[in-house]
Amino acid sequence: MSNREIAPHTRGESMFVGDLPDPPGLLHAAVLASPVPHARIVRLDTTPAAEIDGVECVLTAADIPGENQIGGIVHDEPLLAEGAVHFVGQPIVVTIADTPRRAREAAQAIVVEYDELPGIFDPRQAAAAGSLIVPSRTFSSGNVDEAWASCKVVVEGHAESGGQEHLYLETQAALVVPQEGRRLRIVSSTQAPTAVQRIVARVLGLSMNDLEVDVARLGGAFGGKEDQATPWAAIAALAASILRRPVRITLTRGEDNRMTGKRHPYSSDFKIGLDAEGRILAYEATYYQNAGAAADLSPAILERSLFHATGSYFVPNVRVTGLSCRTNLPPFTAFRGFGAPQAMFVMESAIVRAAEVMGIPPKVIQQMNLIGEGDAFPYGQRAQEGNARRAFNEVLERYDVASLENEVAEFNLSHTLVKRGIAMMPVCFGISFTSTFLNQAAALVHVYTDGSVSISTGAVEMGQGVNAKMLNVAAHSLGVDPERIIVETTNTLRVANTSPTAASSGADMNGRATEIACRSIIERLRKVAAEILDTTVDQITIVNDRVMADGKTSELKWERLVSEAYLRRVSLSTQAHYATPKIHFDRETEKGEPFAYHAYGSAVVEATVDCLRGTYTIDRVGTVHDAGRSLNPLVDMGQLEGGLVQGIGWMTVEELLFADGRNLTDTLSTYKIPDILGVPEIEGHFLEDADNPNAVMHSKAIGEPPFMYGIGAYFAILDAMKAFRPDRKTFFHAPMTPERVLMFLHGDRLQASTEEIAEAATVFQR
Amino acid sequence: MLRFALNDGLVEVEASSGLPTLDYLRDEAGLTGVKHACREGDCGSCVVLLGQPENGAMRYRAVTSCLLPIGALDRHHVVTIEGLNRRNLTPFQSALDAEGASQCGFCTPGFVVSFAGFLLTAERWDEQAAIEAVAGNICRCTGYASIIRAMASTLDRIRNRIDPAEPRIPALVRKTLLPEYFLGIPDLLANLGPAPSKKFPSPSQVMVSGGTDLYVQRLDELVTSDVFVLPPSVETPIRVDDIHIYLAGAATAEDMKTSGVLAERIGAIDRAMSLMGSLPIRHRATIAGNIVNASPIGDMTVILLALDAEIGLIVEDTRRSLPLRDFFLGYKELDLRPGEMVEWVRITAPGDAAVFNFEKISKRTHLDIASVNTAASLRLDRGRIAHACLAAGGVAPIPMQLPQTADYLCGREPTAETAIMAADVARSEITPISDVRGSAEYKRLLLGQLILAHFNVLFDVEEGLVKEATA
Repeated sequence: MSNREIAPHTRGESMFVGDLPDPPGLLHAAVLASPVPHARIVRLDTTPAAEIDGVECVLTAADIPGENQIGGIVHDEPLLAEGAVHFVGQPIVVTIADTPRRAREAAQAIVVEYDELPGIFDPRQAAAAGSLIVPSRTFSSGNVDEAWASCKVVVEGHAESGGQEHLYLETQAALVVPQEGRRLRIVSSTQAPTAVQRIVARVLGLSMNDLEVDVARLGGAFGGKEDQATPWAAIAALAASILRRPVRITLTRGEDNRMTGKRHPYSSDFKIGLDAEGRILAYEATYYQNAGAAADLSPAILERSLFHATGSYFVPNVRVTGLSCRTNLPPFTAFRGFGAPQAMFVMESAIVRAAEVMGIPPKVIQQMNLIGEGDAFPYGQRAQEGNARRAFNEVLERYDVASLENEVAEFNLSHTLVKRGIAMMPVCFGISFTSTFLNQAAALVHVYTDGSVSISTGAVEMGQGVNAKMLNVAAHSLGVDPERIIVETTNTLRVANTSPTAASSGADMNGRATEIACRSIIERLRKVAAEILDTTVDQITIVNDRVMADGKTSELKWERLVSEAYLRRVSLSTQAHYATPKIHFDRETEKGEPFAYHAYGSAVVEATVDCLRGTYTIDRVGTVHDAGRSLNPLVDMGQLEGGLVQGIGWMTVEELLFADGRNLTDTLSTYKIPDILGVPEIEGHFLEDADNPNAVMHSKAIGEPPFMYGIGAYFAILDAMKAFRPDRKTFFHAPMTPERVLMFLHGDRLQASTEEIAEAATVFQR
Repeated sequence: MLRFALNDGLVEVEASSGLPTLDYLRDEAGLTGVKHACREGDCGSCVVLLGQPENGAMRYRAVTSCLLPIGALDRHHVVTIEGLNRRNLTPFQSALDAEGASQCGFCTPGFVVSFAGFLLTAERWDEQAAIEAVAGNICRCTGYASIIRAMASTLDRIRNRIDPAEPRIPALVRKTLLPEYFLGIPDLLANLGPAPSKKFPSPSQVMVSGGTDLYVQRLDELVTSDVFVLPPSVETPIRVDDIHIYLAGAATAEDMKTSGVLAERIGAIDRAMSLMGSLPIRHRATIAGNIVNASPIGDMTVILLALDAEIGLIVEDTRRSLPLRDFFLGYKELDLRPGEMVEWVRITAPGDAAVFNFEKISKRTHLDIASVNTAASLRLDRGRIAHACLAAGGVAPIPMQLPQTADYLCGREPTAETAIMAADVARSEITPISDVRGSAEYKRLLLGQLILAHFNVLFDVEEGLVKEATA
């Protein structure tokens, strides 16, 4: 099964926003952003910019004809700062010129005076100061307070996980071309065309029907172009609507890294209680989510942290609380996993700490507590399948984990300065937007009179292969050769009111809508075929471009059938809508069935630590992943491998550093993502016989879940470090950089205590 | 007027010589298959092949076009992804397609170009070498596994069909891995005649050597400048006489990595240099540039400091030389006079009893800037260290020698105890600061560990080190 997107990619022929030919009269926009984390703007003088040759205009908040407000969940984010700035990188002024360089030169010429105010960068400090985005939320089940008494072991601890830069290779970009009257056509690199349409309408004081948003493909997104693509489209639209000329904006890498949000850093406390065998009886956690200066999607992300607090495990007594803390950093945002990875890291940390105290391998606790069919999650929904256990056990067997553990133990006995470690990482991820209303999608299917087919959906292609999957669904549903079908760009004129392509749900929901649309056309065509072949409709099927009648291949081919249908004035187009059934959630009681189903899987991760130098390699990862009946194994394997490596990056080399609110890692030379020399050998397998009745063609969503296998990398490294220093207490502070490794292994050479060293390593980060 | 071959045709371009090739290719030539995602040579999405006739055949090098001044293209052949496409997919493009080795597609053209560079220059069809050749290309989507599979299957396909010894370009054309026009490029370039000879730069001109750091730091200034592009690599970048090894200032990191002289006389250089930048960067980054950039963490500089190199400077016809260690005066401050260029660096060829080691630790193992790097050059005489020269980067405002550590080592046996004490001495003679590469405490600790690593690599003192660690 192939992916038609790829061939033009390999030839450099796929067009991204920055590659589109310049429309006549094109201008370029640049942004002046705040250099300080928190200040009142005392003076703003744009005249030096306006005087530069080639500069067409300079726009501030005062030039916004509609509302200066781009907030989605909470209306707390201006498009352009007015009176005050709240993070380094916050846009203040837009300059428009004949070249991008001139626009940037103009932005730098603007004079701004700031009266600096104290900034808060630490989420716990923000919480202590009462600076929350929304009120805190708590999910609970059973009775935690009573449960502690019946626990044999109770351990507490802290876990920190760092932010993560999306590092989509294509930076944020938009091209806006004025149309007749006040209308605009917006080409945006966004996961959320409708959000762009809605917010631009709000900012410009237009109606949504004044705006067309078109998205061909994104050069990577990973959540970073869900809400965060909107301001750039709005800025270009603002300029284009005022000047009535086409305007393009493309952020440089540095601008993008400084101005846009990333994965939320979390600082968390945990408490876990177990019986003598290792059964988890109670779990309590508090998550301090560093939300940055505006809400963006933070409340929804925090909600997913709460949903996934117990990871892949069944825990009878749970109380988890999340605080979304407002700080003077860029608004942190969606990133593959959407808050779940942060929560799962805390859960795994708790298990590893408990195992350390109990003197048993973490695997024993993991395996004993995996959620089984019918077990309830803390939010009330019950697991529909036993795939958590199936996948975990299959990993143990397929990769012979027992032998691997023996090998590691023997290696560690015979090696002194090099140690190996191993960790298991089970994943359970709920599929559906947790905001129930977003779980809807639509498709528009045209069959043309020559038999060719055009599919439009609300799903945006960003490398995840959704177009290939839509093609698979359409070809299967229509019974025609995929070569007849084209999947179109995502366009608000063809499919309206779309949900963002996010939450791993793009293929699920848009695939269902496509299936429904195709089937309704097929129903009409079957009637036509029955008429032509003089039989009954129930005797007609269409397979491989041919009409089958009464169980036999007829002479009637697809093209003729379509053209006959047209002549008989039968509609060859359909729009279809799909809403995920049954799901619901009550935010008063924090109970319900928010997910259509769960995706499961497990991984075994092996690592080697050079204990002299404090460096490590992730050697091998073996996975068994539940993709249902995969819609496209080629695409799904790519999601599995790619997500996993991104997760490993988050846990190891990707260290997002801020100092006084300034991003110190705003370049590719300071923020490192995994390279081809640093990735492990990956073995990916899909769970067999895992048909999923709850999604299109029995498949399962796969975009996000594999990311969390990467968490195993942290614990595999930690396992190896412990082999060298069994005397030291483990710590849970991701990413596990070479610095943290060396400080753990040898920090006491500096005659400092563990705590002092841990502090030394983190002070700079704040 | 610059004249060069761009893909299958000749072009004449009137432009400031400092204009980045990337900007010309995308904005002027309309070749949008050349992408950019970082503009600092760290992502590989803008990689092109730069070809020139060498010894009667075209020689191609993968380079990052974002850091390449257009002035360097004169009389060269520039190949972009568009110039590698044939009517149908090439075998490598087909393999990427079959393996699903492209997701968002933004990085993909860069991988195709880098892999073509590998096919053009590989000494053998080795998978690991292919991986190293594309290591400067970053992909955020695939996790690389599928790309590795696509390269492996392509190599499987050509392994028994193209003899690495036969003339490469005709063979690649025959197997549809390259378009046919490549065969005519030498004639095309020959028609251009020789490049106008270059004199010395005017006093106001910025000199660009490899440009791999200059274009990261001073892009806005260079874009519209008429820069003086130093001639690319010289005919004999590295040569040896009775006493000295001479490295031309224009010798590239890749020249150093592949130098037979250095491998034979110093050893361990290949491994050390493989940690220094990706292949497209090593193709351009020069020794002179690495030194003059004055980064406290320059890898080549630290290696040369440990070899106690001397540096030869030239301005017009005035020459002078001084020990490299005296060239660095303070943070980014050099003993460099106006108009001076680094003509050569020379080291005393180490004798048979000499040993050398280089250590570098960075957040990401490969293709990253060091937290700390260090090199050690030692000579043994009757079981004792007779001569020691060590250098370290990332531990002071300048790349520095470690004279106290060297003093301590002289006359001692190369044991674990000596190493442990030397590590203490080394930690005491540095002044690291906390920055994005690590905290000061970490760097101090790390340099000590790397001193131990020098000894462990050179003298296998593991047992002693372990005894100490567990004591």
